[in-house]
Amino acid sequence: MKAFTQVSGIVAPLDRSNVDTDAIIPKQYLKSIKRSGFGVTLFDDWRYLDPGEPGQDHAKRRVNPEFVLNQPNYQSANILLARENFGCGSSREHAVWALDDFGFRAVIAPSFADIFFNNSFKSGLLPIALSAEVVDTLFKRCAEDAQYSLTIDLAAQTVSDTQGWTQQFDIDPFRKHCLLNGLDDIGLTLQHSDAIKAYEAQRAKTAPWLFA
Amino acid sequence: MSGKTLYDKIWEQHVVRSEEDGTALLYIDRHLVHEVTSPQAFEGLTLANRQPWRTSSMVAVVDHNVPTTDRSAGIADPVSRLQVETLDKNADSFKLQYFNINDVRQGIVHVIGPEQGATLPGMTVVCGDSHTATHGAFGALAFGIGTSEVEHVMATQCLLQKKMKNMLVRVDGELGVGVTAKDVVLAIIGKIGTAGGTGYTIEFGGSAIQSLSMEGRMTVCNMAIEGGARAGLVAVDQTTIDYVKDRPMAPKGEQWDAAVAAWRELTSDDDAVFDKVVVLDAAEIEPQVTWGTSPEMVTGVNSAVPAPADFDDAVKQNACSNALKYMGIEAKAPMTSIQIDKVFIGSCTNSRIEDLREAASVIKGRRVANNVKLALVVPGSGLVKKQAEQEGLDKLFIDAGFEWREPGCSMCLAMNADRLEPGERCASTSNRNFEGRQGAGGRTHLVSPAMASAAALAGHFVDVRSF
Ligand code: SF4
Repeated sequence: MKAFTQVSGIVAPLDRSNVDTDAIIPKQYLKSIKRSGFGVTLFDDWRYLDPGEPGQDHAKRRVNPEFVLNQPNYQSANILLARENFGCGSSREHAVWALDDFGFRAVIAPSFADIFFNNSFKSGLLPIALSAEVVDTLFKRCAEDAQYSLTIDLAAQTVSDTQGWTQQFDIDPFRKHCLLNGLDDIGLTLQHSDAIKAYEAQRAKTAPWLFA
Repeated sequence: MSGKTLYDKIWEQHVVRSEEDGTALLYIDRHLVHEVTSPQAFEGLTLANRQPWRTSSMVAVVDHNVPTTDRSAGIADPVSRLQVETLDKNADSFKLQYFNINDVRQGIVHVIGPEQGATLPGMTVVCGDSHTATHGAFGALAFGIGTSEVEHVMATQCLLQKKMKNMLVRVDGELGVGVTAKDVVLAIIGKIGTAGGTGYTIEFGGSAIQSLSMEGRMTVCNMAIEGGARAGLVAVDQTTIDYVKDRPMAPKGEQWDAAVAAWRELTSDDDAVFDKVVVLDAAEIEPQVTWGTSPEMVTGVNSAVPAPADFDDAVKQNACSNALKYMGIEAKAPMTSIQIDKVFIGSCTNSRIEDLREAASVIKGRRVANNVKLALVVPGSGLVKKQAEQEGLDKLFIDAGFEWREPGCSMCLAMNADRLEPGERCASTSNRNFEGRQGAGGRTHLVSPAMASAAALAGHFVDVRSF
């Protein structure tokens, strides 16, 4: 997993609640063999005016100029701002992969769906829950300034802008530790390699047919 | 202190280490792999410069995307084809035991695991697929996992898990003639509901379960997930051991004897305490047909379609009226009045040799009804197909007007070319009747192989016992 320490960048305001995983990445793309490359079809139904299929040249499709990510200043945004219950719906990890592949490092919303929240950490995407009032303030600032940027400092657990505005956020200490150090579940489990090997050696004595 | 359940025993045998909060690092003995949920996991391994921990634990097969018609032309859909070719490549570069599209042993992952003896009693078995529960029929702890967990198992041979609670579903007495394992599990889901097993591992027991063949037990455990449980289990007995003996990957010689001795312990202790016990009377179970868009929306074939008012709470009333609308059927209509367009006999629930024998036995010289546009028989594996052909079942089906296909998942989820068109109604031996599952707008009724066969011949649902 990518380490997450400090991230600064433009905030793309997606003013919707209940953004579901089907909206984030529609089902036809799940036939893909990659964990990457979903960025171009992130929010496919909102972003394009014509229907999309896997394998086609998405650069040739008709884009919806109204959609926030199609506005020139948000092409390089790396923080997404949305309303409550972000990521609801199915368990597809492709939703996280699509946000990550587009370039987002963090999503700020008042609340997240459970599965999406858990999946996020597996790709080093930081979901930050801030109160509905604070999120509302951020939407207003984005409306006033198309280049509105934030800095997220994970060690200090703060979100701040260049005008001196700062807000604390909560994160589970274990998850914070993993993100700061770029540890994934696999990396952590591999720290117990000796225990796994010892288990195997013992088990091979009592149930040798399992290791044939 | 009370005794241990079968689940407790298998769990304890696989804990590598535990955290204070009860999270365990659980060792995985068998990792089954198919083409849809594995490519990103293999890619992840490669990107992280990791090697699989123990490739000998892995068995790979293509099943979801493969065509069931003539395969010499290859796969028409390029996206499906690439997914299949990717597993070809990964299996080759990681040197995995692999059954490719041309291998006679190729088939649905949950059919070929047991068939090859890759699934053994007492194992922990995982696969990036929710119907991994099937393998619990062998007294193995088997459950489905997501793609990140697939990669985790590849890299570490372990999973981080918290222990589930224990549920016993006991089916006492004897099943009536014409009532099968599929009817048993549909009746169980009708009773406990689709979320009834959430948070539990279900052990299926009682005399009716014990008298089932391994094929029947697999059908029951397969659908544990449709009852909300990630894993289902059946205790090991002589039936289990007889099935496993002489399978290609089963232990041989002295190891066989040692294994059998260990497997005999794989039952719940008499004084084991379950967190929940559900009891059904086998004699009361009728052939089942689902009427709605969730497996719990099921009834006996001689009953009528329910009406929203038959349910107590508003959520269920609403679900009922939505389902009736989607399914295009009227409340109170007899189930036997429902006409069908297509029939699908196959899937990891019901595509084993016993299922095909059961479906073929109903034919008795009759032909598929005129209103049935397509009746598909898709064997679960190349070996099941071969065996059926040796027994002459293919001729019975073909002469009656069924199509006899190559093995794979096929119209269970319609990821290949086999699918329902919008509005078409299907009698299906698969496991999910969700909206659009067999094709956008398609309508699925879940039944046993015998009931599917009878429906094909009658053109509508019919009680196979009076057929
Ligand atoms: S047959 Fe159906 S349920 Fe079984 S593995 Fe294939 S797609 Fe999944």
